[in-house]
Amino acid sequence: MAVEMSSDEGRTALAVDGLRLSFGGLRALDGVSFTAREGSVTSIIGPNGAGKTSLFNTISGFYRPGAGSIRFFDTPVDGLRPPERARLGMARTFQNISLFQGMTVLDNIKLGRHAHMATGVLEALFYLGRARREEMELRREVEERIIDFLEIDHIRNAPVSALSYGLRKRVELARALAMRPRILLLDEPVAGMNREETEDMARFILDVREEWGVTILMVEHDMGMVMDISDHVVVLNFGQVIAKGDPGQVSSNPDVIAAYLGSGEVDDLRARVREAAGAAGGAA
Amino acid sequence: MRIGTAKETYRHDEALFDTPVQRWWLAGLFVAIAAFPFVADAYWIYLGCLVAINIASATGLNILTGFTGLVSLGQAAFMGVGAYIVAWLEINLGTPFFVNLLAGGLGAGLIGILVGIPSLRVKGLYLAIATIAASVILHFVFANWTSVTGGQSGLTMPPATFLGTALDQPDKLYWLIVPVTVLMVLGASNLFRTRIGRAFIAIRDRDISAEVLGIPLLRYKLYSFALSSFYAGVAGGLWAYFFRVVTPESFPLVMSIFFLAAIIVGGMGSILGGILGAAFMTMVPEALKLIVGWLSPWLPDAVALLSPVRTIVFGALIVGFLIFEPRGLAEAWRRLRRFFHLWPFKT
Amino acid sequence: MTDWLLLIEVSLAGIGSGGLYAITGLAFVLIYKATKVVNLAIGEILMLGAYVFFGFSAGLALPFWLAALGTVVVAGLLGAGIERTMIRPMLGESPIAVFMLTIGLGSILTGTVELIWGANPLRLPEYLPNQPLFLGDAYVSSKVATAFAIASVVVLIFLALFRFWRGGVALRATASDQAAAYSMGINVPKVFSLSWIIACVTAGVAGMLVGAIGGISPTMGVFGLSVLVVVIVGGLDSVLGALVAGLFIGLLEALAGAYLGGEYKTLATFVLLVVVLMVRPYGLFGTHEIERL
Repeated sequence: MAVEMSSDEGRTALAVDGLRLSFGGLRALDGVSFTAREGSVTSIIGPNGAGKTSLFNTISGFYRPGAGSIRFFDTPVDGLRPPERARLGMARTFQNISLFQGMTVLDNIKLGRHAHMATGVLEALFYLGRARREEMELRREVEERIIDFLEIDHIRNAPVSALSYGLRKRVELARALAMRPRILLLDEPVAGMNREETEDMARFILDVREEWGVTILMVEHDMGMVMDISDHVVVLNFGQVIAKGDPGQVSSNPDVIAAYLGSGEVDDLRARVREAAGAAGGAA
Repeated sequence: MRIGTAKETYRHDEALFDTPVQRWWLAGLFVAIAAFPFVADAYWIYLGCLVAINIASATGLNILTGFTGLVSLGQAAFMGVGAYIVAWLEINLGTPFFVNLLAGGLGAGLIGILVGIPSLRVKGLYLAIATIAASVILHFVFANWTSVTGGQSGLTMPPATFLGTALDQPDKLYWLIVPVTVLMVLGASNLFRTRIGRAFIAIRDRDISAEVLGIPLLRYKLYSFALSSFYAGVAGGLWAYFFRVVTPESFPLVMSIFFLAAIIVGGMGSILGGILGAAFMTMVPEALKLIVGWLSPWLPDAVALLSPVRTIVFGALIVGFLIFEPRGLAEAWRRLRRFFHLWPFKT
Repeated sequence: MTDWLLLIEVSLAGIGSGGLYAITGLAFVLIYKATKVVNLAIGEILMLGAYVFFGFSAGLALPFWLAALGTVVVAGLLGAGIERTMIRPMLGESPIAVFMLTIGLGSILTGTVELIWGANPLRLPEYLPNQPLFLGDAYVSSKVATAFAIASVVVLIFLALFRFWRGGVALRATASDQAAAYSMGINVPKVFSLSWIIACVTAGVAGMLVGAIGGISPTMGVFGLSVLVVVIVGGLDSVLGALVAGLFIGLLEALAGAYLGGEYKTLATFVLLVVVLMVRPYGLFGTHEIERL
């Protein structure tokens, strides 16, 4: 299914052009360019230290790039702070989950809607009029569209600190969805998950794309999952894009295999390549 | 034992007091508060007023420190701002008390925003230090802007009046102080049912992810500062009506530590905690006075020990609660309640 | 015409008392570097040192050297006790919580001193020379000059310890990377203890000197507020910063006190604090923390 989707149909959701970022003398990103089509699943892979998380942090506005530009649905976002990018519809999750430990699942998810609400301090103190209306509306939507969808009804009032790792990742996804995102940046959504949890998460990601029409950009190490659900794969190494294309093209690219040599992930990749080649052969 | 309650609507589930039992307790509490001045003697009414003032201010500090995670050692100084504004207005313009209290709150809130501005550049501990600086500087202003503040001798003010009645005794002031405090506490509880309160907690727990969710940190930190010092300002205004003399020594740094202790002991990040802590910390010195009274036949200079013992007890409460019960009395209360909900099936 | 002689005399006096800020600031920085604790009770520890010295020298009428030695021992024990009973249980808690804990600690120490020695100001027995001293034409209080000299010696000992002694090296290693130090076999809890002991001894010595110049009282703890300004201006984790800023704040306070009036002393330092917080929050020599996501 992945292959048809990567064709040229659809608008560009995110266009990254010539991004450079250095920390002191270290080049974290060195002229990174790629685009993500609207409604696609685009994955960024690469060995550890390739600059994937730096790229994410630059896209969401935490790092100021030394050069290059980022356009989000034709809006340049280069000068914008993270909250302003969030308001435009960029939502993200973090590699090491960043839920608010002191809150319940429900409150965590509600926080996602923050930027789209208008209640002011005074209204909040009296909880009248708009404050009440907005909160009720939010509660209904969170319940009906997000909590049911991600199958987390049973934990809605649980404190986040009491949840398993896999559930926390799901709650983080729920919170990102509450932001009414146009693009979801997922930083290693299945890292540390067992097989079953990984499959669940992959299904949710595809469902999100299907039902909400959200563009998905993710960083992930799990090659199996990346190759299964991505339409488009971008490979980073030493801060540079060394390959991009659909999963089949990328996994047979010799540069990519070289980059992964000695990283321990190469065996996994080889297996994938063989599988992909087999599949391609079968299809042809 | 209590059985589970099924809720049928979201509105029900979002209510502040969501079970019938809780509503009954709440109604009982209001009746008790209203009946208190008719059954208590002058001393207890006096204490009741003092507790209410301290609850108002502690709740304000809790918004800033407990919920937003910004430690402030300026709460007393902000109360001072409110107290001076109220005293000045009462003396010079004679405006009605609600106008004065509002002005005191707003004035303190403005100063709070000013003090919060360094949060543009610094966070956490540095900000706490900025609030110490603010209290030193405000203290200097209180003591030296003689034409307005009366310098070292301060301001002595007439009582508040309501419909021609002078509220000059605690039993009359009770009806001003307690309703204002109840309103402020309810306001704070409401705050944390909305996006504003959630944003505060998000900033406390993880400011980076708060930003990703579209919460502008500086603006919300300033909101928190403004609200917290508004509460302090109104509480300071009530304090001024209660004691009717405002001097630079009325609001020392120790008093800020008192409020910090109150929310630590009561429970940071819990409205109930602010209430319990402020009540508890106000009663501690009174309890000590009582004990010293009993001891005086055996200890000739027992009264002289009162002040240092109080200082030690305050410090020990801060340290003890931080180490052994960091979520304060509110958590102990929750445990107690849980125990009775499940009793007698589980002990 | 400017009175140059007065300016010089005031400046000398300021730098002299700045020496005391510098060593107390050093004690503060040591604790911060090793344990990341912002110790708001440093002023109260200093006060306790002064009172313990008073207890030994005036109360028990011990000779100066014995009283000083006793103070050092008590201050060290105090440091070890605080670290063991209050700071270590808070390991892993938020820095804000530990910060508030030290506020409580300050309150306990103040109350204890008041309980034992009363609230009234007292004078330490004279142990510093008292005859006037002239540098050229400028008069310098010989007490201040001697205190400055002693403070300088303390600084030198401190720096030497930090640089050459094994414990000092362990301390520096822990300060730069706790986990790495631990894995290298450095006994990190012991280093924590050590830093509190050395810091409290240093603060105690500073207390003896401060008390000898200005007398002692339970409100001496406010000295700690000026020290707080010193370490913020210098940079919380900078030894050099504490020394430079200590002298500078001493000078600033003396000038403000002499030319504007006594009540402007603290105002001047705290206005400076606000300016530094706005312009250079990590201080003159502090490390700018790079935030990791």
